[in-house]
Amino acid sequence: MFETGWGLSLIVFLPLVGGLVALAIPKDNEALLKRWSLLVALVTFLLSLWAVASFDFGAAHTFQFEADLPWIPAIGAGYHIGVDGISLPLLVLSTLVVLLAIVYSWEHWEEPRNPKAFLILILILATGMNGTFVALDLVLFFIFFEVVLLPMYFMIGIWGDKKVMRIPGFAREIETRLYAAIKFFLFTLFGSAFMLLGFLALYFASGDVLGERTFDIPTLIAAGLETAPGGLTATAAWLIFGAMFLGFAVKVPMWPLHTWLPDAHTAAPTVGSVLLAAILLKLGSYGFIRIALPILPEQAQVWAPAIAVLAVIGIIYGSLACLAQTDMKRLIAFSSVGHMGFVMLGIATLTDIGLNASIIGMVAHGLITGLLFFLAGSMSHRYHTREMARLGGNLKLMPVIGGILAFTAMASLGLPGLAGFWGEFMALLGAYNPLPGLDLGLFRTAMVLGAIGTVLTAGYMLYMLQKVNLGEPSEEWSGHTFHDADRYELAAWVPLIVLIVVIGFWPKLVFGATTDAVVSLVDTAWGGASETAAAIVTTLGG
Amino acid sequence: MQIDWLAIAPEIVVAVTILGVLAADLVLPRPLKYWTATLAVVGLTLAVVPLILMAASSVETRSLFEGSYVVDDFALVLKGLFLIAGYLVVLMSVSYIESDRYYQGEYYLLLLSSVLGSLVIASARDLIVLFIGVELTTGPLFMLAGWRKGDIRSNEASLKFFILGVLSTAILLWGMAMLYGVSGEVRFDQIRSALADPSPAAQPLVGLAILFVLVGFAFKVSAVPFHFWAPDTYEGAPTPVTAYLSVSSKAAGFVALFVTVYVALRDRVDIWGPGLWALAALSMTIGNLAALRQSNIVRLLAYSSIAQAGFMLVPFAAASVAGEQLAEGLAATVVYLVIYALMNLGAFAVVIQGARRTGTGDIDGWAGLGRIDPRLGVLAAVFFFSLAGIPPLAGWFAKFVMFRAAIAAGSAAATSLAVIAAINAVIALYYYARVAKVVWFDEAPAGAEPATEPPAASLALTLGIAAVATVVVGVFPAVFAVFGEATRVLLASG
Repeated sequence: MFETGWGLSLIVFLPLVGGLVALAIPKDNEALLKRWSLLVALVTFLLSLWAVASFDFGAAHTFQFEADLPWIPAIGAGYHIGVDGISLPLLVLSTLVVLLAIVYSWEHWEEPRNPKAFLILILILATGMNGTFVALDLVLFFIFFEVVLLPMYFMIGIWGDKKVMRIPGFAREIETRLYAAIKFFLFTLFGSAFMLLGFLALYFASGDVLGERTFDIPTLIAAGLETAPGGLTATAAWLIFGAMFLGFAVKVPMWPLHTWLPDAHTAAPTVGSVLLAAILLKLGSYGFIRIALPILPEQAQVWAPAIAVLAVIGIIYGSLACLAQTDMKRLIAFSSVGHMGFVMLGIATLTDIGLNASIIGMVAHGLITGLLFFLAGSMSHRYHTREMARLGGNLKLMPVIGGILAFTAMASLGLPGLAGFWGEFMALLGAYNPLPGLDLGLFRTAMVLGAIGTVLTAGYMLYMLQKVNLGEPSEEWSGHTFHDADRYELAAWVPLIVLIVVIGFWPKLVFGATTDAVVSLVDTAWGGASETAAAIVTTLGG
Repeated sequence: MQIDWLAIAPEIVVAVTILGVLAADLVLPRPLKYWTATLAVVGLTLAVVPLILMAASSVETRSLFEGSYVVDDFALVLKGLFLIAGYLVVLMSVSYIESDRYYQGEYYLLLLSSVLGSLVIASARDLIVLFIGVELTTGPLFMLAGWRKGDIRSNEASLKFFILGVLSTAILLWGMAMLYGVSGEVRFDQIRSALADPSPAAQPLVGLAILFVLVGFAFKVSAVPFHFWAPDTYEGAPTPVTAYLSVSSKAAGFVALFVTVYVALRDRVDIWGPGLWALAALSMTIGNLAALRQSNIVRLLAYSSIAQAGFMLVPFAAASVAGEQLAEGLAATVVYLVIYALMNLGAFAVVIQGARRTGTGDIDGWAGLGRIDPRLGVLAAVFFFSLAGIPPLAGWFAKFVMFRAAIAAGSAAATSLAVIAAINAVIALYYYARVAKVVWFDEAPAGAEPATEPPAASLALTLGIAAVATVVVGVFPAVFAVFGEATRVLLASG
């Protein structure tokens, strides 16, 4: 089934079709709506597992399960999809998180409820996310990249935080959800408008090199637009990389383009925050690995120091900002800035070890931060507040939720043996020995600062645990009885916990797919991965 | 003289329909006046038939009256657009005009006359024919804008439109007269060859003529800085007329402008190219910034249509300043024009129905409309986000071809126009998203009941056609790119 190219299309479009079918289900029949969406998400997830089972890991550096059909012939855009070792883990992560999000929402509806609309939006989101990870055509990628905007805009705006806030710099007051929704939308569109200009410039450049213009990503990678006769001038290539950088960096988000993130993540409903953190952020870093680096490898070397510097600023800034937060959910949101900083630092090294680190970092961040947002949502659902000063003694009040929170916080601070460790550790390792030709001093400084960042991460995570979890319950809560995690919550969380542990002990689960693809990417782009890095990856990845 | 009757069959059908409506209006008793609308719809539908026959025939270019009137693929595409847009506007008008209970016959008579004018524009390759087409398009609209006689805003709309319309006509005519003066010809191809090598003494006059023509048309398409009449006229005119103004009459103005500069003045692109560049940049930026501040939905759409006019000009203007890929630029502009027409008509249909549901044209008055009437709420989101260019709605493809043509032109001026357009696309999102925000995020006023009565059938049909087109074109733009191809082939020969 996957060999024919239909399987991937099914993974991408089944959620959308499911959402359209759900439109026909009456709004009052909530049970049917929930079961239907669950079924759709489950089948999609199982299909993605089937894809893993059929995947040829011996050839993980090639695109498999491809479909390549004409779509808009007049502009040379094709419906070209496929997965390789880089996109496969992310695709599975995406289908899994969507499934768990639907399980979690079963009994957790935020005002104004309306499960029908909410579930349909999740399913549309799923199509956008899955599509982005399999698209091998720039226009197709752009479309899927943008398709996620509308559902997320509505999710934040309708179900988001209704607390009134003051807009920074203005005297106006507005509900948080309204501010966050439009800010998210505007920031992302700003980036992607420039990204589109960059894509178009690549398209025309390919015409000069190949004689025929194309949006096809593998063809563009093979074309060597920078070195081939008639290719791009250095200035043009610099501008194109910069345009794509804007699009991806807003999405990641990289400092200083990150300011939409704390607002959007905090204001979004629980499931929205989970999907944002677990998947949507990865669309940006994935874009760097899939498109920007391999198509313009020389410019990647020019931009790498800047990316590394911004990544490190993100790590330090995100951690320090966390220490200043009083709102638990906002703290978790800022921690994403730091974690994605490690992902970007790994990318900036342009080595196989760094890129491997960034991919496993993405997967781990998706699992861990997704779980943290689930927990924050469940806790604020019970306490009706997220102010850490008012919480405390959670472990006594709700042992299960408190225990899982402690576990997840440990994973988030990068405890060895859990999934979060590999991304941070290997990103730092990569920064010690970046691609030859890159400024060694700069990257080693970045490594040191990044290492300090891990300490800060530990600091704020422990600070949160101490505030929220430990100690005696404050007077406000003592005497209250809280119902601990219910079965829907556990059903959504246990798979994440298991994966965090499994990947922590057995990173090969991810490296087994990625290493081959990453080594080949680095080899094609910059000729010859460094020996030591390859050796380390081989040891870890088997 | 041999006349190719098929080539002018659409115009003849519409003209006969006009007479039919006039006659019917005389004989029908008042309660049956709505039959004039039916007649108009039937006439516009029939007029499409010869277009299809011509599109299917192997004759590529039909040239009539010694080349003054040409029907090629370019003209066919645009005539199709004008007929469909006219058709949708008539549908939108039915329930709106019926509720006023007067002069229904005259309304459709005037509307059809305007459609006839735009059909003429698409084929005009001669200064005189073009001028007649332009006047036939705008003349009836002066009266239609003032349709609500009892409403002082409607009167103001009509008067402003009339005075500035006449002024622009005068400027346009002056420019045309100068063109005739320096070239001694009225046919575009002959003007072009005459201007290819003018005497040095005539040079300043050529520049002045082009400037006047450009300004004249800029008024018609309400490009900044010649846009001041548009918001007031749009707000005061009956909403279906506003929809027509912002789509068909604007498109007709664009087509007239393009035909003139592209066919007659192509060799003087050095003069009008920078002019178009400035019009595009200013229209986008000023239109968008002004739209941010609007509280009335129709005024918002008025400024949005000014900004959209700027976007539309981008491909052609970028190609012009770069001095190459003109045909590609024009094709992209035409694609943008057609997509814009579909989604903007949809947006106006939403405005009509939304105003009926809420009883107000104030954006804030639409709070919670999505809860009161979910279908209308979804349609509002579809059309307004499509105008913003968000995939997978049709507007993204319009923006895409716009950026594509601008980048293809390649010069620094063209690329900078693309960057200005990119920034403006983000600004525009803010006010389009604001409509969705009010409709979906804000609380409905206390006591608002879910709507039960369906919209008038004709309006529902308009909404349905526009929505289906917007989504289908957005997902499979290939169905559409055919038009762009047609334009390219056509103009390459012209």
